[in-house]
Amino acid sequence: MEILFVGLIGLFFAAAVYLMLSKFTIRILLGIVLLGNGVNLLLFTAGRITREVPPIIPADASTLGSVAANPLPQALILTAIVISFSFFAFLLVLTWRAFEELGTDSTDEMRLAEPRDEPLPPTGY
Amino acid sequence: MASPSTPVDLAAAMVTTAPALADWLVILPTALMILSGAALMMIRKSVRLHAVIAIAALALLVLIDALLLWQVSSNGPVTMTMGGWLPPFGISFTADMFGAVMALVSALAALSAAVYSLRDIDTSGLRHGFFAFLLLLMAGVSGAFLTGDIFNLYVWFEVLLISSFGLLILGSEPKQIEGALKYAILNLIGTTLFLITVGYLYAIFGTLNMADIARKAGALRGVTENAPPLMTLSALFVLAFCMKAAAFPVNFWLPASYHTPRITVSALFGGLLTKVGIYALIRVTIMLLPVEREAISLVIAASAVLTMILGALGALAQNDLRRMVGYVVIVGIGNMLAGVAIGSSTSVSGAILYALHSIVTMTALYLVIGEAGRLAGTFELSRLGGLWRRAPWFSAASLALMLAAAGLPPLSGLWPKVMLLKASLDIGAWWLAAAILVSAFLVTLTLARTFLLAYWRPAPGGESEAVAATDWHSTLPIGLLAALTVFFGIYPEPLLAISQAAADGLADPSAYIRSVFPEGAAP
Repeated sequence: MEILFVGLIGLFFAAAVYLMLSKFTIRILLGIVLLGNGVNLLLFTAGRITREVPPIIPADASTLGSVAANPLPQALILTAIVISFSFFAFLLVLTWRAFEELGTDSTDEMRLAEPRDEPLPPTGY
Repeated sequence: MASPSTPVDLAAAMVTTAPALADWLVILPTALMILSGAALMMIRKSVRLHAVIAIAALALLVLIDALLLWQVSSNGPVTMTMGGWLPPFGISFTADMFGAVMALVSALAALSAAVYSLRDIDTSGLRHGFFAFLLLLMAGVSGAFLTGDIFNLYVWFEVLLISSFGLLILGSEPKQIEGALKYAILNLIGTTLFLITVGYLYAIFGTLNMADIARKAGALRGVTENAPPLMTLSALFVLAFCMKAAAFPVNFWLPASYHTPRITVSALFGGLLTKVGIYALIRVTIMLLPVEREAISLVIAASAVLTMILGALGALAQNDLRRMVGYVVIVGIGNMLAGVAIGSSTSVSGAILYALHSIVTMTALYLVIGEAGRLAGTFELSRLGGLWRRAPWFSAASLALMLAAAGLPPLSGLWPKVMLLKASLDIGAWWLAAAILVSAFLVTLTLARTFLLAYWRPAPGGESEAVAATDWHSTLPIGLLAALTVFFGIYPEPLLAISQAAADGLADPSAYIRSVFPEGAAP
C-alpha cells in the first residue's frame, strides 16, 4: 500500500514541478495545488497507512505500537490543508486581478514593477 | 458519564502545578498581537481608533519583550507548554537569548514603522485593515521567534506570510498586484518545502519539539546501519529558509516586490521578514543539525558570496531609491549567511549581531528613503537633489543610517562585519573575507552616491514649489532608529555580550533543553 502511495506522490511532485516551470500564472497555480496535495499525501503516508486499528496505547506500554497509524501526521495534514486552501483562494483572486489589471497571464510580460528600459543612475555630478 | 475504572495518574502526562508568573511572558507577545489584531478587525470602520490601539499595543509589546529579555538573561530560557501537556506532547513556547532579543528589536522596528505610517497610510489603507495586518504580522514574527516547536514555526511562517500579502496589496495598484503575485507564489513554494522537511523530520525523530530534537540528534547520528537521512533534512531546511531569507539564487522575488507597496510596508518587510528566515536558518542549522550544516557549509558559503556581491552590484545599478534599498537588504542577508556557513562561535554571534543591526537599519533606511521621496516628490536618483539645504537634521540622520548600513565606523554596522571578517580569516577562508569587504565597498559607493546626488547637490531644475516639511511622524521614528545605531556603534558592549550569549546558547543547547525538560538533558 505504501509503495503505491510513494509512486503516486512522486507523480504529484513531478507534475507540480512541470507545471510550476511554466510561465503562465494559471499553470503555476495548478502546480501549487498539486504540490500542496502531494505534500499532504507524503505526510499521510509517513504516518503509516493501516486500517481499522484505533491508536490506543495499551496499559502496559508508553508509546503507540506499529500496528496503528500515528495520528499526529493526520493532525498536521488538517492544519496544512486549511492553510494551503486559504492561500490558494487568495492566489486565485490575486491571479484574476493580475489578469484584469495587467491584461496578461504570462509572467514574462509582467514588467510593470521592473521595467525593461529603466534608466541607469546618473554617472556624473 | 461513567467514572474511569482505573485511577489515572495525570502527573505522567500533564503539568499539575500552575506555571510561574514569569513564564507567561513567553506567550504574552503573540497573544497580545493576535487579540489586538482581532479587535481592530472588529472595529474596521472606526478608522480613528486604529492607530491609537495599534501603537499602544506595539508599545506594550516592546515593554513585554524587554521584560522577557531581562528574565531570560537573568534566569536562563523560559518555557511554557500549551494546554498543560508535558513536553514533547504539548506545543512548547521557549524563549532563549536569541529569540528574545530578536523579538525585542523587531518590536522596536515595528513600533517605529507604525508611527511613521500615521501619515503614510491614507484612510482607504486604514479601512482595508493596515493596522490589523501589521499586528497580525507581528503575531507571526513574535511567534516564530519564541516558539519551541518546529511545526508551530511553520504555522507562524504562514501567519506572517498571509498578513504580508494583505499589506503588500494595500492600494491595489497594478504594480503592487504584479509584485505581490511573484512574492506570493515563490514564498508559498518556500513554505511548502519547509512543510515537506517537517514531515521528514517527524518521520525520523518522532518528535517536533526543538529541545527534544536537539537531545535526540546525537544518538541518531551514532546509528550506522540504516542511517537516518539527516543530510536530506539539513539540505531541504537550508533551501527552504534561504528562499524565505532571499539568498541567491532564490531571491528574485525580493527586488520584484519590495519597492511596490507603501513605504511603511517596505520598511517592515525589509526589516523583519527576511530576518525571520535567517533566524529559522540559524536555529535549525546551528542548534539542531550542526554536524550536517558543516557538511554543506561550502554550498552555503558560495551562496553567501554570490548573494552579497550580486546584491551590491544590483544596488549600484538602480536609479529608483526604493529598489536600491531592496538590494542593500540582500547584501546583508549574504553577510549573515557567511556567518552561518562558518559556524564558529564568533561567526554565529556576528551573524546574530548583524541580524539585529539589519532589522534596525533596514527599517530606518526605507523610512529615510520614503521621507526623501516625499520631500522631493520623486524616488529617482537622477531627479533628486537639494535635500541637505531643506532638512539638515533629517539629512544628518540619513547620513548616519547610510554609513551604518555600509558598515563604516563609528556606527553599528561595523562590529558584526569585523566579527565575520575575523571568523572567516580564522578558518583561512580569505575569499569569504574578500567578498565581505568588496560588497561593503560597493554598498558604501552606492549609498555615498545616493547621499551626494540626493542630498548635497542642488536640486536639478531649481527648487521645487511644493515644499513638504518634515514633522514628528517621520523625525521621531527615524531619529529613534538612528540614535540606536549611533549608540550601539559607539558603545557596542551590551549587544556584543547579548549576541555572544545567544550564540553560546545555540552551540550548547543544554540550558534550552533543561528549560523544556527539567528532569534532564538525556532522553
